[in-house]
Amino acid sequence: MTTVPLLEVRDLQVEFHTRDGVAKAVNGVSYTVEAGQTLAVLGESGSGKSVTAQAVMGILDMPPGRITGGQILYRGQDLLTMSEEQRRKIRGDRIAMIFQDALSSLNPVLSVGYQLAEMFRVHRGMSRRQARARAIELMDRVRIPGARERVNDYPHQFSGGMRQRIMIAMALALEPDLIIADEPTTALDVTVQAQVMDLLAELQREYRMGLILITHDLGVVADVADTIAVMYAGRIVERADVHQLYRRPAHPYTKGLLDSVPRLDHKGGELYAIKGLPPSLTSLPGGCAFSPRCAAATDLCRSQTPAVVPVAPGRVAACHHWKETLDAPAA
Amino acid sequence: MPDTTSIEKATGTAPVKVGAPLPAPAKGRSLWADAWHDLRRNPLFVISAALILFLVVLALFPSLFTDVNPRDGDPANHYLGRPELTHWFRPDWFGYDGQGRSIWARVVHGTRASILVGFGVTLLVTLVGGLTGLLAGYFGGWLDSVLSRITDIFFGVPFLLGALVVLNAVTDRTPVVVMGALAFLGWTQMARVMRGSVLTTKQADYVTAARALGAGTWRIMLRHILPNAVAPVLVVATIALGSYISAEATLSYLGVGLQDPTVSWGIDISTASNQVRNAPHVLFFPAGMLSLCVLAFMMMGDAVRDALDPKLR
Amino acid sequence: MPRQPDQREPILQVRDLVKHFPLTQGILLKRQIGAVKAVDGVSFDLHPGETLGIVGESGCGKSTVARLLMSLETPTSGQIRYKGQDISRLSGRALKAVRRNIQMVFQDPYTSLNPRMTVGDIIGEPYEIHPEAAPRGERRRKVQELLDVVGLNPEHINRYPHQFSGGQRQRIGIARGLALNPEIIICDEPVSALDVSVQAQVINLMERLQDEFGLSYVFIAHDLSVVRHISDRVAVMYLGRIVETGSHQEIYDHPTHPYTQALLSAVPVPDPAAREHRERIILRGDVPSPADPPSGCRFRTRCWKAQRTCAEVDPPLAVPVAFQGARGPVAHDSACHFAEEKEHVAHG
Repeated sequence: MTTVPLLEVRDLQVEFHTRDGVAKAVNGVSYTVEAGQTLAVLGESGSGKSVTAQAVMGILDMPPGRITGGQILYRGQDLLTMSEEQRRKIRGDRIAMIFQDALSSLNPVLSVGYQLAEMFRVHRGMSRRQARARAIELMDRVRIPGARERVNDYPHQFSGGMRQRIMIAMALALEPDLIIADEPTTALDVTVQAQVMDLLAELQREYRMGLILITHDLGVVADVADTIAVMYAGRIVERADVHQLYRRPAHPYTKGLLDSVPRLDHKGGELYAIKGLPPSLTSLPGGCAFSPRCAAATDLCRSQTPAVVPVAPGRVAACHHWKETLDAPAA
Repeated sequence: MPDTTSIEKATGTAPVKVGAPLPAPAKGRSLWADAWHDLRRNPLFVISAALILFLVVLALFPSLFTDVNPRDGDPANHYLGRPELTHWFRPDWFGYDGQGRSIWARVVHGTRASILVGFGVTLLVTLVGGLTGLLAGYFGGWLDSVLSRITDIFFGVPFLLGALVVLNAVTDRTPVVVMGALAFLGWTQMARVMRGSVLTTKQADYVTAARALGAGTWRIMLRHILPNAVAPVLVVATIALGSYISAEATLSYLGVGLQDPTVSWGIDISTASNQVRNAPHVLFFPAGMLSLCVLAFMMMGDAVRDALDPKLR
Repeated sequence: MPRQPDQREPILQVRDLVKHFPLTQGILLKRQIGAVKAVDGVSFDLHPGETLGIVGESGCGKSTVARLLMSLETPTSGQIRYKGQDISRLSGRALKAVRRNIQMVFQDPYTSLNPRMTVGDIIGEPYEIHPEAAPRGERRRKVQELLDVVGLNPEHINRYPHQFSGGQRQRIGIARGLALNPEIIICDEPVSALDVSVQAQVINLMERLQDEFGLSYVFIAHDLSVVRHISDRVAVMYLGRIVETGSHQEIYDHPTHPYTQALLSAVPVPDPAAREHRERIILRGDVPSPADPPSGCRFRTRCWKAQRTCAEVDPPLAVPVAFQGARGPVAHDSACHFAEEKEHVAHG
């Protein structure tokens, strides 16, 4: 295979300087996204899932953040080494981002129509009239009822779900190849979440975009992802096809997460709970970062950091005992 | 008031989620202790604290630095005498003024008026403004409406112009009178800051939690709201202290502030301004002390703000 | 193993609870131009030792219900009876006495603890407010016991909240709620701010404490899976009203109200194999403003079954006519003119 992936992150390292020392927020993360494919990056707060995306998007706060190693390849070109001008052409134009909090991501003193039209005027050099027409078209496209009448409304006049649609419209405006969505529906109610995720999936299919979905919600992931990368303490602990991962997790952390969510279809007994707390990024435990919380941890786990190894075709895990985990009966 | 807005902004920005619990130190450390810990490591604080300490010692014990009476002049021998910069701490170190008085002695003795007015006004303003702000913010309703209107009226009066008018009506302008006038015009600023801070704090869930436990008004106000609302007031007060000192000097310069026999930098600057062409040192030293003093408090305010800013927590 | 809810006299009876927040205009002369009908006629019972889950989307009034139950707001009308006594308009000493028995756990572990107080002072504050609950000399020991009960190190009594993680802070909040030995704990989204792996720990803790101390919970949340896991009975709220209520099997396995069905079908299920064959009801539009709710059935503007009757007649919360003769789990209270069962909405 000689085709170059749409986006490839290779061994990315990001550090933060905090009052407690250097925090290794991202510690050797690699993943790829192809056109038309959805990669879900799953993790809890502090796992580094958002930091990785911010590094790709070039919106990392530096300082206190610092990229200390790795490559971010967009169609084979490294975003970290190219000139500022080239980089700007790719980010924003070819890669777009959707944030969790639509209200604070939109400018409150400009109408949504103006903000949408601005994209076309700045990046595509359209006239005011043309840009406005495109803005209305786009609002229609993300199914905002009465787009023509609402084009001059301000962000606060829209409901949360509608604002998130406007965010999606802005991300789609330049028809990017890749969309990074950071917890796009976390702030929304379930019924609205369903609407927004449906819309996003449909548009992705239509435009054949790559989608990186960053979330902590195991339900949303199961609904839309093709592949999943599970992150813990700045590393990817497991990456697999969505069906394989839910059916037979290869990492104890993934297994623990899957077992600890309450079910909708039956009440169930006591929940399985991963013991302990996520580690501090400024003082990571030796060996595998998950070992202090892992029921199956051995001396090997506590002394040696497990490498990311292939466990099946198209599937990797970072666990010394992946075989046992993979073969363990479902809980 | 740029001071308050920037504090609010700093509090509003979400901290960079580097996630993960902090490795808890062996002992409990309060936010105040954390702030103090940060403060001690801030060079801005160390320099300004040293300067302020020096100024306070000057104000309290001027006789430690000079035994010359700042009011006694010898115009015949010392009229506009040049400074002898190598004569450390001697009467002629900074030279002499138009009445042959030692400028060093006048600068040293002038510190007291400035520091007294600065601290006095700040204390009054913080107590009166802080209390009214706390009550208005907490109880709201008509009290808040009345207070807000009064604050608005005061806000429309330029601080210095107001002081000018008030003090012009008084013939005997001792430091206490000047202090009173400045505090009268300045307390509403502090009330505003406190009210805003209390309104934000009042929304916090821990205040609701205390109410749900059945806590009384005083307990909620003093244990839950005040300690959490006071930080911006402290920052504004520190910075304002410097501006009260410069306000006193300005008023004295204009002839409506302190009067002889009180020794004040402002009075000296005023007298010196006629002679600045042929004897710039007469203006330079009191003006320099004034600037140094104001700068010290501004720097201190900045350092305090950095330490109390929860951005890094 | 599901606990058998106690069939004795309910410990809490809520009847026709209404809370309208007036909308005013003008600065000096305020005049009322309308009202936000946050809670508009809510009734339910809570039995000793049981958990009543209240679910609904933002703006449905569930948090206002919590604040009313805690007497943090005074209801516009209606009653909240604790052991037969209406507590909704108490004040002073009588209210303080009732507060000992009804406590609350908050959603946000970062804002619900006073950052300037030590953990010991936070958990010990209930004893200072109610000195009769524990003699002065015993308070410190009691606080340490509570820390132990919620799974924290009793030696950390002198630490401050910012030295703990979110999950640990929520445990501190729970310990504070337990301090006065209450009978009822109102939980307003107690786990929604926590990470998945920590959420399970806190849910397990709350269930253990319920068994240990015989607590009754009103558990308010938007996460339907969590509510099913912890609740014996469930009430679904929409725009200030309860639209359907029943046991957890009745609501989750046999919902008859279209809103409940839509809500359940929208929950993403952590099972990718379910993607192909699940049927999702995607609701149109947004929740109407509680200041101007629709006439008749409040859900009719988004309902696919709505007919003229729905706009004219407000459906009562009762067993629907169609199921009145029926036995089994379909026969439960559902405020819909066209209530019907829909198979497998909550399944993968």
